[in-house]
Amino acid sequence: MVDIAVVDYGMGNLRSVQQALRTVAPGASIAVTDDPHEVAQAARVVFPGQGAMPDCMRELDARGLRAAVLQAARSKPFLGICIGLQMLFEHSAEGNIPGLGVLPGKVVRFASNLHDEQGNKLKVPHMGWNQVHRNIDGHPLWQGIPQDARFYFVHSYYVQPQDNVLVQATSCYPQPFTCAVARDNLFAVQFHPEKSQSAGLTLLRNFVKWNPV
Amino acid sequence: MLAKRIIPCLDVTAGRVVKGVSFVELRDAGDPVEIARRYDEQGADELTFLDITASSDDRGILFRIIEQVAEQVFIPLTVGGGVRQVEDVRNLLNAGADKVSINTSAVMNPQLVADAAARYGSQCIVVAIDAKQVVPGKWEVFTHGGRKATGLDAVEWARKMQGLGAGEILLTSMDRDGTKSGFDLALTRTVTDALEIPVIASGGVGNLQHLVDGVKLGGADAVLAASIFHYGEYTVQQAKQYMAQQGIEVRL
Repeated sequence: MVDIAVVDYGMGNLRSVQQALRTVAPGASIAVTDDPHEVAQAARVVFPGQGAMPDCMRELDARGLRAAVLQAARSKPFLGICIGLQMLFEHSAEGNIPGLGVLPGKVVRFASNLHDEQGNKLKVPHMGWNQVHRNIDGHPLWQGIPQDARFYFVHSYYVQPQDNVLVQATSCYPQPFTCAVARDNLFAVQFHPEKSQSAGLTLLRNFVKWNPV
Repeated sequence: MLAKRIIPCLDVTAGRVVKGVSFVELRDAGDPVEIARRYDEQGADELTFLDITASSDDRGILFRIIEQVAEQVFIPLTVGGGVRQVEDVRNLLNAGADKVSINTSAVMNPQLVADAAARYGSQCIVVAIDAKQVVPGKWEVFTHGGRKATGLDAVEWARKMQGLGAGEILLTSMDRDGTKSGFDLALTRTVTDALEIPVIASGGVGNLQHLVDGVKLGGADAVLAASIFHYGEYTVQQAKQYMAQQGIEVRL
């Protein structure tokens, strides 16, 4: 049984996530794994994701990981990252497909004709360092991270939770969008903590010692 | 709001960072791992490594450099040079790169961009375009480190790469590269206005105002520079402070 399982369903590169976790939890056993049993047994689960959500859903199912991920999302410290956040919702506009349905709400795309206040075109994907504004304070995963700290994002879709009580933080592009959600043992973010320097490492450090009741 | 990115670029050959003028006359700038760590501490938003010789002998050295940097630096790392097949993309990602930059091979085989984006996601595929002005308002794509003309129009080529799945364009003006006379702003503006995906301006930065101009006049989403940082003229932090004073949103 490992301390931290990073769910590997064959989409993209998980080395950065693994490396960052090793740095913040040098004593922990960390497995990057596509084995449902290992995910089921792990004390904590990190659920990353890159690429297109339809491919991610397909590959997750192809490896028989759905049940283990659903179970982990309801029972143990669970961190979703990027597409790993989006997949938790009921539906995505990307490929018009159902997600895992752990959280009520949907995934939608940024409009293609966005402009900032100066009239400059805003590109999609939303790529780079943006400020993360917490709506509610007090979640242990934010400990030691300043309000409006910048994290690294790269995505074209974002989540719209049905219930605002899930929303931990928002970011602006140019309108506010949800970039972090939490419920019980689950925390999920649109940005990449593994690529967000000290703020990101702090969040991961908080996650590896988080003991939700 | 989203910050404009400042990206120091490390041209690597035989395990050393070097910098030349218009792709020749190379000058040693130091150890890549040490330099990467320094730029990270100074607040660089990303780092780009270009393997400028891309010979098979040097490949192993590059992989070890990327592995070492990825163990210590937790910001996005882009690696380019000599990427010819999807397997090269995979190997670089496995070594610790977050994005892979494709240049010459995109021209030789555009399907590589589509295949790599389909396999690993657009977010990690950067297409690098080396462009040279032919007449005012028109630029041609060059390959092989700027030695070979392709006959391709840079703006059309950038659009095509976007269509095939590139997540970002690294746009270098060969007329300006190494000259320290500032970005080719007309080139930058024309390409960025033609695309939905972000554009990194590159080639010609000699002072901090050039970075500001790249964003404000060129419309770049990110600015890349090498020699002004390598030889200690400015730190990344100084660059960001200057840009912030000029009203540009940066990560300080």
